[in-house]
Amino acid sequence: MNTIAFTTAGQELAAALDPRFGRAANFLIYDTTQKSTRIIENQQGRSAAQGAGIQAAETIVRAGVDTLVTGHCGPKAFKVLEAAGVKVFNCNAATVDEALHELLAGRLTAAENSDVEGHW
Amino acid sequence: MSRDHIRELVVLSGKGGTGKTSLTASFALLASKAVLADCDVDAADLHLLLTPMVEQRHAFMSGHEAVIRQQDCTGCGICLDSCRFDAIRKEGAACRIDPVACEGCGVCHRLCPAKAIDFPERVCGEWMVSGTRCGPMVHAQLGVAAENSGKLVTTVREQAWAVAVDKRIPLIISDGPPGIGCPVIASLSGVSLAVVITEPTVSGLHDLQRLLALARHFSVPTAVCVNKWDINPQQTERIEAAAHAAGAAILGRIRYDRSVTQAQLQQKAVVELDAAAGNDIRVIWKQVTELL
Amino acid sequence: MAESTLEKPFRIAVASGKGGTGKTTVALNLAAMFGEPVQLADCDVEEPNVNLFLRCDQLTPTEVTMLVPEVDQQRCNGCGACGELCQFRGIVAVGTRALVFPELCHGCGGCALVCPTGAITERPHRIGTISTGQSGAIRLIEGRLEVGVSLVPPVIRAVREQLQDELPAILDAPPGTSCPVVATLRECDYLLLVTDPTPFGLHDLKLAVALARELNLPCGVVVNRAGEDLVGLYGYCRSENLPVLLSLPDDRQIAEITSRGDLLAHALPEYGLMFAELAEKLKQELGAAGGRP
Repeated sequence: MNTIAFTTAGQELAAALDPRFGRAANFLIYDTTQKSTRIIENQQGRSAAQGAGIQAAETIVRAGVDTLVTGHCGPKAFKVLEAAGVKVFNCNAATVDEALHELLAGRLTAAENSDVEGHW
Repeated sequence: MSRDHIRELVVLSGKGGTGKTSLTASFALLASKAVLADCDVDAADLHLLLTPMVEQRHAFMSGHEAVIRQQDCTGCGICLDSCRFDAIRKEGAACRIDPVACEGCGVCHRLCPAKAIDFPERVCGEWMVSGTRCGPMVHAQLGVAAENSGKLVTTVREQAWAVAVDKRIPLIISDGPPGIGCPVIASLSGVSLAVVITEPTVSGLHDLQRLLALARHFSVPTAVCVNKWDINPQQTERIEAAAHAAGAAILGRIRYDRSVTQAQLQQKAVVELDAAAGNDIRVIWKQVTELL
Repeated sequence: MAESTLEKPFRIAVASGKGGTGKTTVALNLAAMFGEPVQLADCDVEEPNVNLFLRCDQLTPTEVTMLVPEVDQQRCNGCGACGELCQFRGIVAVGTRALVFPELCHGCGGCALVCPTGAITERPHRIGTISTGQSGAIRLIEGRLEVGVSLVPPVIRAVREQLQDELPAILDAPPGTSCPVVATLRECDYLLLVTDPTPFGLHDLKLAVALARELNLPCGVVVNRAGEDLVGLYGYCRSENLPVLLSLPDDRQIAEITSRGDLLAHALPEYGLMFAELAEKLKQELGAAGGRP
């Protein structure tokens, strides 16, 4: 767990955690060794008419992320993330900061399946 | 204004034609100040009740379409043979694409040996920011044969949020898309409250349950009201019991009242008329403000 | 049952710009009072509910399939050419393999064409079901989209393919004016537009008429929930030369009967007569328009 992505509409750790994955505005990437953050815009995911989750998952994979923390992840995005070896953690924390603490404290368990069914 | 102080309310219905837009317009009038977002782009009717003055227009692009440059086409017919959507015809020496039938898959563009096929972004409609008597409104208009999508709904909602932040208006009310597909999901995620309006019919209950399940997945609180409840009181009770069991708040009932049609004819919200159904909606609105 | 009075059996699509105008009610009751054997096709494949009213219990189902890619992972080298071509995220290359999402695939076949290692073949994937049944003189054809599939037009096409040429047909279109409606209207002879006299109804009627004009389809109007204020609607119909073939009053009995899933024409004979007249008028309109070429 070195490079963690969080879904958010904001720019910094104090920003709200976005429960959406595919159509989240940004991914906040936290590097655990450097303790640094950077922002990747989910431009392509949000501009997809369909398959936003898949597109967002590709963006995450390309950014070299190994862990994703988000509200809900659909089955298609999950399939891509799983194939690329990215671990997914579902979390309903209010902010990215809180989500990070819960993750580092070991209070979140990696999802084995998508937590939402069907066509989302 | 910080985004944290803004509440967003979406009105949904499952099947179309259950009074969703009339209820949204009434809410808009009853809220002293709100930004309106019309996410029901298939039947974007909110503007008919709120008569907006358009202030900004922007093209809405989604997907791509293939266009053959006639002068460069050699008429070889490779595109025609590879198109699975029956969208290409030979006209004289060159081929031509029927824009309505074109699926936007890009296969012809890729295969054309003469590189005579362009693949530009498709203009699907436009989105607008307008002023109305109840506040600013963001809405969209699709071209013929274009479809609503999660992308268009996301665009309308984002613009509504931008207006709310900019004009310091603490409430967004959106008229949600019909159905339970991708556009509904895009309209639902992250909102403060989803109000579902349904009718006491055989299909109403089914649609309602699917919507409530969807909202639950996105941790969105839900509240339900039954329109024209008195045309089938038994079914109304069944719907309310199912809604309660699914964890939704019951907002109240709206009676069958021709004034609703009268209001539409006068381009007004029901609550602007002296109508029994309008009083029912006032009771419902009070419940909504408490839940918000 | 009388022989068809027409030289060629025609196809009438019943549509409306938006949902909830009574489109299915009109299609059903028109079929019930058609006066001769008729086919009724439920093209609202996302939410088919004609049979909630017809209640045919013996439905014969057939599968509707579309070709989707299948990847031989032994041959795939993860080059990503398929994913770059695909406009719909139906196939995505991740690392050294390609993942297929049949529910997003549009069946264009492009990925198989561009794969440099020949790792992609195509296989049929179920996207819906067509069911046929008989209820009195009505032959029902119902299309139903598989849950989680968003490709409506191919299922509608499959419904149309089940129509028999020797019988007239009524097609209950999906709401709106988007691709699924266009798919329904292909090869129809007449478009019956159901509207109500509200500004919503009129606005959506205008969109539907624009579509009919673009497709060169003759059309007529059924006004549902006709109240006192019909001036705007009738004025529009006159100016566009649209015949108003039936006007149903704003009668709460209609709403009550329909909410129970009963057939209006059977429950209230006076309405039955109105639909029988509508059928006659349509046959005349179609006679004048020349029927299907």
